[in-house]
Amino acid sequence: MDFVFELIVSVLIVLGGFFSLVGSVGLIKLPDLLTRLHAPTKATTLGVGGALAASMLFFAVFEDSLTIHEVLITAFLFLTAPISAHFIAKAHLHEHAELRDQLPPTGRPQGWSTFDGLPVTEEEGEGDDHKAAHH
Amino acid sequence: MIEYALTFGFCAVSLALLLNLWRLLRGPSLMDRVLAVDTMVINAIALIILFGIQQRTTIFFEGALLFAMFGFISTVAYCRFILRGDVIE
Repeated sequence: MDFVFELIVSVLIVLGGFFSLVGSVGLIKLPDLLTRLHAPTKATTLGVGGALAASMLFFAVFEDSLTIHEVLITAFLFLTAPISAHFIAKAHLHEHAELRDQLPPTGRPQGWSTFDGLPVTEEEGEGDDHKAAHH
Repeated sequence: MIEYALTFGFCAVSLALLLNLWRLLRGPSLMDRVLAVDTMVINAIALIILFGIQQRTTIFFEGALLFAMFGFISTVAYCRFILRGDVIE
């Protein structure tokens, strides 16, 4: 039975290392930032998830100490990876104003909310107009 | 068997860290460098976890958790600085 758990832990470690490497190779190979963003946020998160699952199983089976730390780290990383990716993409869009011209029209007087802020409703009146333009 | 898997894991994650470092040094735009540092932090967490398995100690988990938190906070702070010109308004 120990052999089976040892095999599972080893496979998880190898998968974790492999996916970390895949994420970083993607970071090197892909052509521009918005495609580069794709590789680390998915593959590397999966890679560190594999290492954490291996650690959890290893300490539960071989050291008899089931801890919640790995679950905490996994949950934290899986929650924060999309948020940081979103922030990086948004900052990239703001740094490169020429990307704004390639966007399709929204079909409304309001532009894309990443650049123009929230749409101004009738009730809020004129006061918010310059605020939206400033944003 | 776990020892061989750990050796492979250490090699793969270290190589991944080196590739991230290359992107950090070469990265054409500012956001490329931020993304490279963000990925380096996640890979460093994987390295700490693998080292904890090798040493058979759970003492490194707090360090890994702190790394995760500070990596996320620094990425978000830098992006907000680029977006708004200020970290806390």
